[in-house]
Amino acid sequence: MAEKKATREAYGEALAEFGEKYDLVVLDADLSKSTKTDTFRKKFPDRFINVGIAEANMMSTAAGIATTGKTVFASSFAMFAAGRAFEQVRNSIAYPNLNVKIGATHAGISVGEDGASHQAIEDIALMRSIPNMVVINPADAYEARGAVEAAILHNGPVYLRFGRLAVPYVNDKDYKFELGKGVTLADGKDVTIIATGLMVGEALGAREVLEKEGISARIINIHTIKPIDKDIIIKAAKETGHIVTAEEHNIIGGLGSAVAEVLSENYPVKMSRVGIEDIFGKSGKPQCLLEEYGLTASNIVSRVKKLLGK
Amino acid sequence: MNNKELQIIAHKVRRHALTAVHSAGSGHPGGSLSISEILTLLYFEEMKNLDPKDPSAPNRDRFVLSKGHCSPALYGVLAERGFFSTDLICKFRQIDCCLQGHPSLKDVPGVDMSTGSLGQGICAANGMALSAKLDGKDYRVYSILGDGETQEGQVWEAAMFAAHYKLDNLCAILDFNGLQIDGDITEVMSPLPLDEKFRAFNWNVVLVDAHDFDSLREGFAKARACKGKPTILIAKSVKGKGVSYMENQAGWHGNAPNDEQYAQAIEEINAQIKALGGEI
Repeated sequence: MAEKKATREAYGEALAEFGEKYDLVVLDADLSKSTKTDTFRKKFPDRFINVGIAEANMMSTAAGIATTGKTVFASSFAMFAAGRAFEQVRNSIAYPNLNVKIGATHAGISVGEDGASHQAIEDIALMRSIPNMVVINPADAYEARGAVEAAILHNGPVYLRFGRLAVPYVNDKDYKFELGKGVTLADGKDVTIIATGLMVGEALGAREVLEKEGISARIINIHTIKPIDKDIIIKAAKETGHIVTAEEHNIIGGLGSAVAEVLSENYPVKMSRVGIEDIFGKSGKPQCLLEEYGLTASNIVSRVKKLLGK
Repeated sequence: MNNKELQIIAHKVRRHALTAVHSAGSGHPGGSLSISEILTLLYFEEMKNLDPKDPSAPNRDRFVLSKGHCSPALYGVLAERGFFSTDLICKFRQIDCCLQGHPSLKDVPGVDMSTGSLGQGICAANGMALSAKLDGKDYRVYSILGDGETQEGQVWEAAMFAAHYKLDNLCAILDFNGLQIDGDITEVMSPLPLDEKFRAFNWNVVLVDAHDFDSLREGFAKARACKGKPTILIAKSVKGKGVSYMENQAGWHGNAPNDEQYAQAIEEINAQIKALGGEI
């Protein structure tokens, strides 16, 4: 088994690393040990602000700090960062286009045992519908680190989506993150699997299975869901003719929808969307939940075969 | 500037607010008229290092209109202070003008925070005050809240935060006019007692008269003198102040006067300016 690491771990380490280089202020809402902003707090206690259990206040306060020229990270679980504080993110942060980076951890169903109340499966849809907002969903720890620095260097609000679960590496250690650029991880000619977050690893697993069955799958990692890399998607549609998307998010409004928007207006091809099928999750071990809701390599394989009529 | 000169400016701010709302055919006159003296004293005396030619000077005092719907008064005082031309006032809420219904940070010179969604501005003001503390800077931050606005839970998250981080460089002013859209604040959803609530949240609470410059000035002085705590001036005010038919009428919270009503309102304000020896 390859080495694994949660993207939230990489997030905390990246904050601590880049806190040396950039004038960052980090806010958290009583979850710093879980979101891993605690790693930053230990190194830069004077630049860490705990707001208590008050996510709405955190977002508007972060906005106020950002008006004074600082780059601010505001962290909580994705459910509360994107869900509870949606309107504060929209009106206090995104509307004035302030330099607040929302570090949202525990996204998706892989939160596991905490159950449906804590499993954000709507956050990508919510955040990408806000003007000025950039939405990034890293696939592994290397990508998470790169995404944090890219967010710092980007002038304006960014939503960073991190997971609780340790996930395998899909990129090399010297991986260079490019905001807004999809990454072709493997080439193929019959179908393209466009994945994001922890589903990138599953997509690579699916490719191996498909290859044995004589199906050649291209794998594209879309870490930046907004602005989305239209060119790489249109090119894949032209060259492989079939697109399957895979995400740990509701199939409504997330990556699948974003890809469908690009294709339907530019180069429509048959698509299939793997994701949470518009239902709430439940408690369970993360791996069991991912299987229960079809967020697996084997489900991607069956969707590909169905799409190709095989 | 003496009180008489300040009062003339406050009346001009009222006139701008009325002109803005009348020109647009919509907007919020009642709460704009109740904060005219507060804004005038802030922008013409209390706030330091303001420069209309450099509205984002880093060491300036900041102001956040948490009750953003009272933008007509804010635009009035900013125009009087020279941040932009008074010619813009009559284009309020129009598609080709930067003066939106609620203030926009990126579009209007002198606006320090975009507001409009109640409860959020005071949090942003906290953020600015905290940032000053982090950098060891001595600028101060001011924010006007509506009394109805305190029904938003986020205001109390902010109240807890400001006291916890000892933001003594923050001075909130609560426009205590007692009325909100649907009527008397005590009938809609009573937030009273406001003074005891803020005291219980570890704030320095000062009761002032929103239409008396000496009272407001004393309040700001007490805020400056108070160390280790944020201050809130609970400013007893009259909604619609200065226009006889608007005073203490909840109906004028968010309605524009018609041509006849507007003419009467301007006549009344002009008479008050004349009585002070000011030029119309």
